[in-house]
This record gives sequence, structure tokens and C-alpha cells, in this order.
Amino acid sequence: MSTIRDIEKEIVEEFGLFDNNDDKYEYIIDLGKKLPVLDDQYKTDDNKVRGCQSSVWLQADYKDGKIFFSADSDSVLVKGLISMLVRVLSGRTPDEIIGAPLDFIKEVGLTSFLAQTRSNGLLSMVKQIKNYALAFKLKHSTT
Amino acid sequence: MITSIDTEVKKKTFDVQSFREQFPILKRQVKGYPLIYLDNAATSQKPQVVIDALVNYYSGFNANIHRGIHSLAEEATAAFEATRDTVKDFINASSREEIIFTRGTTEGINLVAATWGRANVKAGDEIIITNMEHHSNIVPWQLLCEEKGAVLKVIPVDDNGELIWEEFLKLISPKTKLISVVHVSNALGTVNPVKNIIAEARKVGALVMVDGAQSTVHLDIDVQDMDCDFFAFSSHKLYGPTGIGVLYGKRDLLLAMPVYQGGGEMIKEVKYTGTTFNDLPYKYEAGTPNIADTIALKTAIDFVNETGKDVMRRHEDELLDYATEQLQQIPGLKIIGQAKEKVSLVSFIIDKLHPQDIAILLDNRGIAVRTGHHCAQPLIDRFCIPGTTRASFAAYNTTEEIDELVKGLHRAIKLLA
Repeated sequence: MSTIRDIEKEIVEEFGLFDNNDDKYEYIIDLGKKLPVLDDQYKTDDNKVRGCQSSVWLQADYKDGKIFFSADSDSVLVKGLISMLVRVLSGRTPDEIIGAPLDFIKEVGLTSFLAQTRSNGLLSMVKQIKNYALAFKLKHSTT
Repeated sequence: MITSIDTEVKKKTFDVQSFREQFPILKRQVKGYPLIYLDNAATSQKPQVVIDALVNYYSGFNANIHRGIHSLAEEATAAFEATRDTVKDFINASSREEIIFTRGTTEGINLVAATWGRANVKAGDEIIITNMEHHSNIVPWQLLCEEKGAVLKVIPVDDNGELIWEEFLKLISPKTKLISVVHVSNALGTVNPVKNIIAEARKVGALVMVDGAQSTVHLDIDVQDMDCDFFAFSSHKLYGPTGIGVLYGKRDLLLAMPVYQGGGEMIKEVKYTGTTFNDLPYKYEAGTPNIADTIALKTAIDFVNETGKDVMRRHEDELLDYATEQLQQIPGLKIIGQAKEKVSLVSFIIDKLHPQDIAILLDNRGIAVRTGHHCAQPLIDRFCIPGTTRASFAAYNTTEEIDELVKGLHRAIKLLA
């Protein structure tokens, strides 16, 4: 099975096909539109990611030692970003998620999203995902 | 005779291209496109003369003011105090003692809440604000009311973004101690009828503070004619530097109010048995002030006066009309804030599109707008929307730039919808 790093490399290669910013954004928008809609029952305050100008909900389920993420946002661009994070991190073990450096964010040239941490919170999403991983790890190591 | 006619003609015409030339930043590119700066309600860009004023101060006569005996200190003090005179004339205060330098509008409001408010507001008293206040004109009063057991009342806003006058009349009573109202809404552009509000306040003996952060660059400000008790504004929305603002207060009130911060400059005599305080306006200006930015604020006001607020406003009104007309033709676009009296900004939403996505795509075309709640969350909640996209115009903006905005929005809709 491919590792987190393998998937990251795939994404970086896909983005390598675009020679301008517009195409990159169009691709992210496209990913956002394709991300399955999160059921309303999961759009709770508990699942809401803080620090985003748009609303972002992140649902995490633990099964057989792995965490599965589903997510949604009212911003299409943010959904596109989430879609990439889900693709890289969903179905991984807590340790894999906690240890993932997620270099693809920089490599793909999404630094403008990173720079706007306060307004659209890509970093907040990453932090929330890692917090879930940590929480599941602690919960399942003590039981 | 001929000279006076020439001056008259010069005053009445406004050449936007030569005005733009004075702002070096407008020549830059963003993401490969010429910058189109439509975030002027957040902060305006600075003309070369203001930038030069800052450089000239630091390279020519930087010194601490008021106490130094040497030449540099005298030059710096003279330049600093000259700004006070210019501000006094700019807003037509009756004396220079009524001009207090602050960090900005927010500090001006906080100063009044912390001094006049603490000394005069008691349990059961009422303070009235509006539903279109910036957080800066909500939170200081909320804190004061919590501390004193006073009550904060809010004048509601109608669907056009105007205050509901009948509701205001129901709120105001002899219990009203203060009405603190935004002159021009930063999120909607609405110009509020402050003179009428002040007239009502006088009937019940309430004071009125006016938040002039957005109005000072667009409207003529005459605090004596307005008859407000306090008026606060910021330099950076007025083509001046950041970090400096003005609080105007009526002399009698400023004399009676307790001091704000303690420290240098604001004292007359310090002994361990007690301290006496300096005269107005220094009583409220503790510590070394923001000398450079204060000096450059004078340059900014001179710049505005020389250009002529009236001709600038005429151009801004044209931009507002043009933008309103063009934006309304975009399918699914709804303008939030359609007051009869508005300054040159347009807040809007587009069906099914998130403001943040719109702004990111516009930024990719070099177009700077603002999105979100514009630090007026209760107002945005009132319209039941997640936030708006706001294009706010200054006198250096052009109709061609609005055309680019419209193109950018069409493109965003095509991509996102």
C-alpha cells in the first residue's frame, strides 16, 4: 500500500502539470466540487474547525486502528484543500498522521493559502486532524 | 482677477490620473496584474508627500518633543504641534486643547469609555449604540456596562441598512447617558443622521460620541456644527500613516474627566504624596507620542485640503454610482446596504458563492477587496449571511478598475458556481 509520502508525491506531480496559478486554482475548485457532501448530522459545533473565515466541519471515525476523515465547507476552495488532506491522511494510523510533515502543501505552491492562516485556516485544519489522531491514539492505548 | 478664476477652475476639476501618480504603490503589480486596490475602507494608500514627511522627520529633525532645549527638539515640537492646529481647523474644533492624539479611533473610544464613562456611568444608566457598529464601538461600552451594571441598548437597522428612527425614539430616555454612533458604516457605507441623533440626545441630556473612522475621508467634518461631544478618527484611512488618530472632545468635558494613562508628559508635578496633572491636551497624552506619524498626518490633511474634499467626493460618488449600476447587472449578486446616503463602498453577496472564494480569485487578478464580517459581526448576523465581499473606493480609483472588478466577478462565478 502506498504511504502518505507516496500520495503527497502524486499530488505534487499532478500540480506540476499546471504552469500557471489560474489552472492550479481551477483544479482545487474542481476537487472541492467533487468532494462528497457531509451529512448534516455531522455539521455540529464540535466538528467545526476554529480559525477559518469559512465554515469547515471535520468528522473523524476510528476503525481497525485507522482514522477515516470526511469533511465539508461552505467555501469551494477550502473544500478542495480538504479533499487533498483527506486523500493524503484518511485511512492512516494515528502515528502516521501525527508524524506526517505534509511537505506537499509547500511543494504544490499552496503557500498563499498558508499565509492566510487567519482567514481560511489550512493550518487550523491540519492541526485539527492531528489533534484527532492524538486523541484516538491516547484513547486506544489506555484501553 | 485672472488668477482667482484659474484657482477656481483648478479647484473644481479632478484629474484622476495625475492624482494616482502621487501614490507610488499604485504602480506595483500583484500576481502579474496591475494592482487594483479596492480595500480603502480598511486603509488607504499613502501619497509620496506623506512618505516623504516620515523620511524627512527621521533624517532631518528626529528628537523627543516638548522638553528638549536643543534645536532638533524645538523643530520636532513645532512640527508635532503644527499638526494639532491643522487638525483643529480640519474638523473645526473651537480650540487646539480639544485635539487629543491617540493611536487611532479604537483608542479614542476606549479613552472616553475609561475616563468619562467610568466617572459618569452608574448602575441602571443606559448607553445606546447602533446595530451597525464596528466592534471598536461595541466592546468598550459592553465592558463599561458590565463593570457599572449599566445597560447597552442597540438601535436596529432596516433591510436597506438604515437606522430605524422610530425604534431609536423608543430607546432614548432620561436614563440614556451616552449615545455612541458610527458616522459612516464600514460594512454598508450608510451615512447616519448624526445631527438628528444629537438633537434628540440634547432633549434628554445625553452625550454623543461619533465614530468618524470611515466618515472623515469622505465627508466635511465640522464638530461645532455637528455639536457632538466626542469625535474620533484615524489617520490611516485618510491617506495618512498608521498608528495615529485623533480624539476630539468638548473642552469642558475634557477638563472634568479623569486622566487616562499615567506617565510622562501628562503630569504637572510628581511627588510620592500625590501627582498633579498637566493641562489640556497633554493631560491625556502620556509617554513619548508617535511623533513621526503625527507630523506626517499634517501632510496628509494638507494633501486632502489641497486636492479638495469636494472634488474628491464628487469623483468617489461617481465611482459609487457606476459600481452600483455595474454590479447590479451581475446575475445572483445582491448589494447589502442600499441606504439613500452612502459613501463610496459596495458590500455584496453572490448566490451560492462564498465571499472568501471570490476574494481569493480576485486576488489572482491583482484585485484587493475585503471579505467577512468587517468587524461588525452583529450587523452581518442581522442580515443572516456568512459575510460580504466589500469593494471600497478612494479618490484614486477609476471606472476602468470597476470594470476589471466586474470581469473578475464574472470569472469567479463561472469557476465557482
